[in-house]
Amino acid sequence: MRNLNTNVVLEARKFSCNIGDKPILRNVSLQIRRGEYISIVGPNGAGKTTLLKAFDRMMTGEISGELDICGIPWEEWKQSDLAKLAAFVPQADSRVLPYTVEQFLLMCRYPYMSPFATVRSNDRKVVHEAMAGTGTAAFAKRRLDTLSSGERQKVYVAAALAQGAHIWLLDEPTTFLDYHHQAEILSLVALANKEFDVTVVAVTHDLNRAVLESDRIIALREGELVFYGTPDLMMKPDMLQKVYGASMLLVDHPKAGLPMIVPRMTPEQEKELAKWRAKAREKMK
Amino acid sequence: MASESPREDEIGFGWTLGTFLGFAVLVLAWAPFWGVESIPFRALWGDVSNHTAADILWKLRIPRVCMAFLAGTALATSGMVFQAMFRNPLATPFTLGVSSGASLGAAICIQFRWAFLVWGISSVSLSAFGGAVATIVLVYAITARGRQGASTATMLLAGVAISFFFSSLILFLQYISDFSRSFRMLRWVMGGLERIVDFHDVWNVFPFVVAGSLVVWYLTHELNLLTTGEEFAFSRGVNVQQTKLLLFFAVSLMVGAVVAICGPIGFVGLMAPHICRQLVGSDHRHLFPITWLFGGAFLVICDTVARTVIAPTELPVGILTALLGGPFFLWLLLAHKRELGAF
Repeated sequence: MRNLNTNVVLEARKFSCNIGDKPILRNVSLQIRRGEYISIVGPNGAGKTTLLKAFDRMMTGEISGELDICGIPWEEWKQSDLAKLAAFVPQADSRVLPYTVEQFLLMCRYPYMSPFATVRSNDRKVVHEAMAGTGTAAFAKRRLDTLSSGERQKVYVAAALAQGAHIWLLDEPTTFLDYHHQAEILSLVALANKEFDVTVVAVTHDLNRAVLESDRIIALREGELVFYGTPDLMMKPDMLQKVYGASMLLVDHPKAGLPMIVPRMTPEQEKELAKWRAKAREKMK
Repeated sequence: MASESPREDEIGFGWTLGTFLGFAVLVLAWAPFWGVESIPFRALWGDVSNHTAADILWKLRIPRVCMAFLAGTALATSGMVFQAMFRNPLATPFTLGVSSGASLGAAICIQFRWAFLVWGISSVSLSAFGGAVATIVLVYAITARGRQGASTATMLLAGVAISFFFSSLILFLQYISDFSRSFRMLRWVMGGLERIVDFHDVWNVFPFVVAGSLVVWYLTHELNLLTTGEEFAFSRGVNVQQTKLLLFFAVSLMVGAVVAICGPIGFVGLMAPHICRQLVGSDHRHLFPITWLFGGAFLVICDTVARTVIAPTELPVGILTALLGGPFFLWLLLAHKRELGAF
């Protein structure tokens, strides 16, 4: 294999993706450096997940432009080699997974295993460390589909750890979780990022969390890169209007010294709502 | 089967595997001597006063038991593979239309009264195998035209559509055929092993079953990951497209070869993997050898009962597989109190 570029881990140059006639990503160019924490934000259908999956070679549709992973074009990678570097962390859904947590994590050692072979003691060691590090050891013997979505999301993070990947691609890891589990997942990811130099790329709808956690933010709208930069530059009213097309209220975070957003309605929407309320009141009488 | 340390898990599985192996060997050793004509062990080396006993044993019983074992093994293994690949507990070896292709081939041969032998293979078996291969190629051709490579859903739908289409053609052939040929077609579609005489057919099927089983054994890690979803498997490093195609061709050819000789024997391919999952779980490194042994032994038992229960006549073995396997599976399900239909 050629020498890996360990400084710039992901780089897109005029990267486009079309499914049928519909453009999903248009001319996206960006660089992600090793050890960065990047959040991808934007409205629904902006192409966030498509971009995230492209970083793990999960291409669908017609591709143009270039995408390098650790300095090597995506077409030239062998998936089992890439799996040692990058891991996609899916959202915890409710599909049937007939394996215990331990079995599942051992399966994630796939890129290091040879066919016919039984599990080696080193694989067990790595898996047990991953479980200890993520707080999933307590339910190691339970089947995955008996876990809550918070617990299962932790197992998926443990899978990236067990796989030995240092680029984590997370797809809305906290969307369906309660505040306690959200905090747990985010601190696991932050720890991996700070302590082990893991490059994190996360798609999220929670802009406030993205601002607090990330080094840089990627904002997409209708497949185009609208913004790529530090959080403080993102949290400007005109930039938010440009990305989301919705008006937001900005308030200061009491500790972080960064502005947070509160969604609000436009004056027209408020007028409309007032009209409906008045009508409803009429009917009640 | 739950135990404290992972090491004990492996040892526990070793015992299970040993038990199944012993069970399969016992069944294989017992079955040839069981039947209408009871045959002494001495017949094995021809040391009997009349040579009929030795002939029955070597020309009829042993080849038939071998064939039943190969067929059961192939059907159970391919059922297991398709259930994992399509993430669908109702998938069977016949889901992709291989059996209806083979049946159509056989029906055409019967309808047009083709009768010939090539290397000891009958014309019905040859055209059935031709039908199976044609179906495999057709399903692949339809699937490969899709934009996203070989999509599993497209493959499944193509297989089911072709299956129904061919089934209608078979009904049509039966309808225009005369009574005796129509009955032969019907009897063929029921499946059975009563046609097995001597080892020709066994040797013809053997390489397909060995090759198919080796491919599946080679890909047990991949099968585990495919069960968790294609995207997830891909991100763990599995070459999903290549793995699926390899499994599809290896398994379909294996089923095609078996069906060409024995006809579509139902139920083994659907239920044997589920029965084994209840016993050893869904880890294909364990599930594959157990399913392989169990499927073979199960069909040998069913076939032995089929040829003795209403002697001197025989029951088509396809009827018995469901009659014996159905209640057994339900009992297992209730005894284990596990989720119905889960992998």
